Parts: sequence; C-alpha cells; structure tokens
Amino acid sequence: MNVLTDNWSTYWHGFLGTLWLTLVSAALALVLGVVIAGFRVSPVKPLRAFGTGWVTVLRNTPLTLLFFIVVLGLPRFSITLPFFTFAVLALGCYTSAFVCEALRSGVNTVPAGQGEAARSLGMTFGQTLSLVVMPQAYRAVIAPLGSVMIALAKNTAIAGSFSVVELLGTYRTINELGYSIIWTFVWIAVGYLILTLAISALFNVLERRVAVSR
Amino acid sequence: MTVESSALYDVPGPKALARHRLYGFLALVVIAAVLGWVVWMLFHTNQFTYQKWTAFQYKGVQRLLLDGLGNTLKAFGWTVLFALPFGALFAAGRLSDHRPVRWVSTVVVEFFRAMPLLVMIFFIFVALKVEPLWALVAGLTLYNGSVLAEVFRAGVLAVPKGQKEAAFALGLRKTQVMTYVLVPQAVRAMLPTIVSQLVVALKDTSLGFLITFEEFLHAGKLIATNLDYDLPFIPVVMVISPIYIGMCLLLSWLAKWLEARGRRSPKEGATPIAEAGPVLDAQG
Repeated sequence: MNVLTDNWSTYWHGFLGTLWLTLVSAALALVLGVVIAGFRVSPVKPLRAFGTGWVTVLRNTPLTLLFFIVVLGLPRFSITLPFFTFAVLALGCYTSAFVCEALRSGVNTVPAGQGEAARSLGMTFGQTLSLVVMPQAYRAVIAPLGSVMIALAKNTAIAGSFSVVELLGTYRTINELGYSIIWTFVWIAVGYLILTLAISALFNVLERRVAVSR
Repeated sequence: MTVESSALYDVPGPKALARHRLYGFLALVVIAAVLGWVVWMLFHTNQFTYQKWTAFQYKGVQRLLLDGLGNTLKAFGWTVLFALPFGALFAAGRLSDHRPVRWVSTVVVEFFRAMPLLVMIFFIFVALKVEPLWALVAGLTLYNGSVLAEVFRAGVLAVPKGQKEAAFALGLRKTQVMTYVLVPQAVRAMLPTIVSQLVVALKDTSLGFLITFEEFLHAGKLIATNLDYDLPFIPVVMVISPIYIGMCLLLSWLAKWLEARGRRSPKEGATPIAEAGPVLDAQG
C-alpha cells in the first residue's frame, strides 16, 4: 500500500497523462473516423478508394511501427511537434480506421428501404441522414465503438516508450526509488482497470439509453 | 451500379452523376497534391541519396534484417502454438459444469483481456526478469489466448441447441458431445475470427521492440540510427513497412477468404452453420 501512498503524485501524473492522451486521441479518432466513414459510403469513387486504402493500411499496421514512423520519421521532414502531439497523431489515425469500420457497419445495418421511404416523403439528404438513418445506425454503433475506445485506452501504454508521460512509464521512476516492483505494477494495473471499466460503464449507459428492441 | 445499395443515397440520375464526377475529379486533385507534396518532401530532404540506400547492399545489413524478421516470426509462431491451447483450455473452463472452474476461468480471461498487453509484457520482463523473447511470447499468449477463449466459447454457444440435444439423446457423454459434435462445428464457424485474432498477435509482436527484443523493428532501428549510412530512417521505413503490412494483409486476406468460403454452405442444400456475432474487439 505504501508504494501507492508514497508515489501518489507520480502515479497521479501518469494517470492524468493516460487519461488526457486517451481523451484527445479519442476525439481525433472520432472526427477522422466519421470523415473516413463518410468517404467510404459516398458515391464518389476516388473518395471511396481513399477511405478503403486508409482503413486497410492502418488496420494492418502494427501500432508500434506507426509510432516509430510518426515519432522518429516526421522530424526528418522537419516537422517537429511535442511528443504528446505525435502520440495523439499515431493513436488517433490508428484508431480512426477502427472507428470508421464500426460506423460503416452501423450504417449498413439500416435497410435501404428506410432511406428510400424517407426520400419518397420528400426529405432532403440532411434530413434523411439526421432523422432516419443516424438514429438507427447509432444503436448498432455504440457497442463496437465502446470496444474500440477501450482498446484505445489500452494502446496509450505504448506512448510511454516514446517519451510521453503516462501511467505505464511511471514504473521507471518508482523502480529507481527502490520500491517493490511487483506492487508498482499492481497499482499501474489498477489504474488501467479504472480507466477501462469507466469507459465500458459509460458505453453501457449509452447503450441502455438507446436500446430499443427492433 | 458500382455503389452498393445503401440507405443513404438514391440511384443517381444524369445530373447527380455529373456532380459525382466533378467531386471525384476534385478529390483526385487533392489526393494527388498530397502525394505530390510527400514525394517532393522526400526529395527535398534528400531521402534518395546513394549514401542513404547503400546500406541495403551489404550482406551484414541484409542478414540483420532477415534475422529480425525471423525473430518476429519466431515470436509469432510460439504465440500461436501456446495461445490456441490456452484459449481452448479456458474456453472449456468457462463452459464447465463445475462452478469453481468456471469462476477461475472467467476471472483469468476477463483480467487478461482488460489489461493493456504492454503492461503485462513489461511486468513479465521487468518484474519477473524473463528474457525478452519469452516475456513477449508470454504476454502475447495470455492476451490473445484469453481473447481466443472467448472466441471459442462464443463459437460453441452458437452451435444450434438441437445438435447438443441430439448428441445427448444418442447417449454420448458430455466430453464426447463436446469433442465430436460441438467443437468441430464451432471451429469451422469461428475460423475467420481466429485468424483475425492471429493478425492482431502478429501486429503485436512489434511490441517486442519496446523491451529490446531483437525483432524486425529493432533491426530497422539499428540501421536507421547508423551515422555511417547518413541516418537512413526514411529508407528503412520504406523497406520495413511494406513487409510488415504485407504479412498482416496476407493473414487478413486468409481470414476474409475463409469467411467467404464458410458462408458458402458446406454441402448443397445443407443449412449453414450459425454465425456467432463479433463478440470482441479485434484490436491489439
């Protein structure tokens, strides 16, 4: 127990770092994911091809390789940003591919007849999307999106090895002070569990709120 | 029409088609501009100089890369070898009739799925002082094995109930029901998901880089940080990424092919095996 109390501020900073990294990357992943999903379902062929390429490449790239490229590669193009921004870029782009797929499969669960009916009622594209398609797609999207976000929170651990302050990286500091290494990791594990359980609870609430038997 | 029928768009008329062509043209211009900028940047920062690429001509460097690739595949191979039995064991545990066994299996599987893989790998590497290769394999086995356990379980549960009842009615014992009736059908239905999970395992072997395991990325880093070759970072990335992504893509395609093959019903006129929905995050 005293490993935790003695190093409270180290752990706290690490935890906040992980939390912040998760939130910012999630925001980027959601925005990018929505845009790419839009590309992938659009009737414009080059955009569809771009979206497909983006998703295929990123889903088959090891995240460590992506970090490697972003953190060590971009500076060669004389693009120097803080390590935190690099980490957000890598995590956000990687996760956006999974967000895109979750959204796209959600939209695809809505039968084509729904859209046809909406259009035959004279609804515009915006109305069809916001009043008919999205509310139905939303339900199918929440659960997979929750899994994606939990995976994102777990993936932030990689950032610690690329000079970002986050929870896993705290073990080095605490280890140097001579604390029991096992207990150090136990508290790190607890930190991650708190985060992932919180995300899954959040998505459970969201899911329950929109659960309608269809 | 090339567009699959979707709830979002009507079948386009002549005006809409013209508009889509215009958008397509604009999109192409933008994509070409971005690509052009990247290529220009590559030339501008002198990534194609003789000095930066000459390293790849040396036998030693090729050896280093091949050894790295070999180590990556070795870690992957061991992981597959351990994770599949691990998954089968804990899936059986979770389906057991005995409550304590079920409890323990559930706790183990849920815990290892909830933990970031890297935390486990670091724990095994730093706290238990295991060699990098085995720390990596152990971490990957625990995580992917747990996910596979859930996949197997979902597969067994997705076999139609009548199969089990029929098997019991024939007087088979519960082990026989499992091994002769449920598991063969479950494995068949879950094969694409299992292969997809192996893609995750292959991707995650690159985490070994972070615990100084001498795998592919590590070899790349060694070459990239060599001053003699003028720090050929971008060339190394251009050599390594296609190989990594290519390996994962091949496995992904195998999964997709298996899925397409499975959807074709096994025998003409036979009912296709129920597909278990995706229960898990397919992400590392």
